[in-house]
Amino acid sequence: MDSFILRAIVAGIGVAIVAGPLGCFIIWRRMAYFGDTLSHAALTGIAVGILFGVNATVGILGTGLVVGLLLLALQRQRAVPTDTLLGILSHGALALGLIVVSSMTTVRVDLMGYLFGDILAVTPNDLIWIYGGGAVVLAGLAFIWQPLIALTVHEDIAAAEGIRAPVIRMVFTALIALTVAIAMKIIGVLLVTALLIVPAATARRFAATPEKMAMGAVIVGIVSVVAGLSGSLAWDTPSGPSIVSAAVIAFALVTLAGGFAGTLKRP
Amino acid sequence: MSEVLVDVKGVVLRHGARNVLDHVDLQIGTREIVTLIGPNGAGKSTLVKAILGLERLDQGSIQRRAGLKIGYQPQRFTVNAALPLPVHRLLTLTHRQSRARQIEVLTEVGVEHLIDASVHTLSGGEMQRVLLARALLRDPDLLVLDEPTQNVDVAGTVEIYQIIAALPQKVGCSVLVVSHDLNVVMAATDRVYCLNAHICCSGKPEDVSRSSEYLHMFGPSAAKTLAIYPHAHDHTHGPDGRVAPDHAHHHGHHHG
Repeated sequence: MDSFILRAIVAGIGVAIVAGPLGCFIIWRRMAYFGDTLSHAALTGIAVGILFGVNATVGILGTGLVVGLLLLALQRQRAVPTDTLLGILSHGALALGLIVVSSMTTVRVDLMGYLFGDILAVTPNDLIWIYGGGAVVLAGLAFIWQPLIALTVHEDIAAAEGIRAPVIRMVFTALIALTVAIAMKIIGVLLVTALLIVPAATARRFAATPEKMAMGAVIVGIVSVVAGLSGSLAWDTPSGPSIVSAAVIAFALVTLAGGFAGTLKRP
Repeated sequence: MSEVLVDVKGVVLRHGARNVLDHVDLQIGTREIVTLIGPNGAGKSTLVKAILGLERLDQGSIQRRAGLKIGYQPQRFTVNAALPLPVHRLLTLTHRQSRARQIEVLTEVGVEHLIDASVHTLSGGEMQRVLLARALLRDPDLLVLDEPTQNVDVAGTVEIYQIIAALPQKVGCSVLVVSHDLNVVMAATDRVYCLNAHICCSGKPEDVSRSSEYLHMFGPSAAKTLAIYPHAHDHTHGPDGRVAPDHAHHHGHHHG
C-alpha cells in the first residue's frame, strides 16, 4: 500500500474518532445547521490563511472561533431567531470566502480540494494536526461532558443547579470549530457536517445511553471512512463525497433493518 | 418562619414596555411550604426563574441565603428523542448519587421500578414523579416545583401533594410550589401568594381564598373555583347535603 493511502486512512480514522462524540452533541442540541455555518466560514478561513501566509488549519480555526462567538453574542437578542442568524452568518461567510479566493489571481488555490477534500493532499503535518487537535477536542469534551449533557437535557435545570452555561457553551463552540478545522482536509468544507451527524444518527438506533451512542458513532464513522476511502481509490472518486456516501449507506441499511425488525415485531 | 432562605424585595422585570413582574415581594422561610398562584401570563414562571437566578432584574433584589442548595422541577420538560437517556442518568444530571439512594428516593415517589427505563417511554405522571425524585436527590434546602402535577390524574395529584406536604418534616427542606389547582394545594401550604404581575394578596390559604383581590384576579369564573373551596368546608362542618346553587348564592352574598 502506498504511503499516501495509508496516511489518508490514518487521518480519516482520526477524524472519525473525534467527529463521533461531537456529532452526537450536535444532534442532541439540534445544531446541525451550526456545523454547516462553521464549515462555510472555513472557506473564508482558508482565504484569510493564504492572504496572511498562515497555515490553512489555523485560518479555519480562527474564523470558526470568530463566527461561533459572534453567534453566541447575537443570540442574546430575541428579535431574530437562531436559525436565521445562522443563515446570515453561513451564507455571508461563504460569499465572502468565495470572493476572496476568486480574487487571489497570484495564488492558485485548489478550490475543489477544499470543497470536497483531497486524499492526495494529506501531509505528515496534517496528521500531526488531526491527532494533536483531535486529542485536544476529546480531552476538552471529556472535561465538559456531564455539564454539557445536563445543559442539553434542560438549560434551566442545569443553570439553576450551578452549571455555568455560558462557559460550557463557549468551550463547546470552540471544540466544534477545532473539529471542523482538522476534518476539512479529508472531508472538505461542504461535507464536514455530514461526517459529524450521519454516523451519530446511525448509532442512535443501538444506544441506550449517551456514552454508548458516542462510541457507536465512532465505530460507524471509522467503518465509513475506511469504506469510503477504499471506494475512492477503486473508482477514483473524490474522497469526501465517497466517505459521506458510505456513511449514508450505513445509515440507510440500519434504518431499513430497523424498520423491517419493527414490522416483524408488530402483531 | 424562622430563617429566611429567599427574600424577594421590590422586584421589577420588564419585557419591552410590559412589566412582567411589578414590585414583587416574597419570602420563603425554613421548612415552609409556599404556594404561588395566578392566572396564565401572570409571571409565575418568570418569578420562579428570577428566584433561581436565571433572570436579569430591572429593579429590586433577590437575596438567597449563602450556600442555598436548590432542587428545581421545571414546568416544561421534554428530552430530544435523539438523546438516549435512562432514568438513572436523568436523576444524576447535576449531582452524583449512589444507586441505592436513587432507588430510595424513587420509592418515596412511587416509581422505583422505572430506574432503568428510558425517559422517552415515561407517561406524563411518571415523568413528574421522576423529576420530583431528581430534585429531591440533590438534598436541597429549597425545592422549587413549577406546576408539579401537570399531566397527572386526580388520584396522582393528591398523592404527589401528600408527598410534597410531608417534605418539610421528613427532609427538612422548604418548598415553593407554583400551581393553579387551588383546592388541593391550599390544604398543605403555609402561605399563599397570588400573583398577577404584582402580588395581589398573600397570607394563609383560608384568608387568601376570601380576599376580594383574589376574586377579582381570577375573574367571573373565580366564584365557581372558590365555591368549591368553601364547599369542602361545608361538608366537614355540616354534612346536611346542601346543593351547589345554594353555595353560589351564599358566596354572592359574601362577596357583595
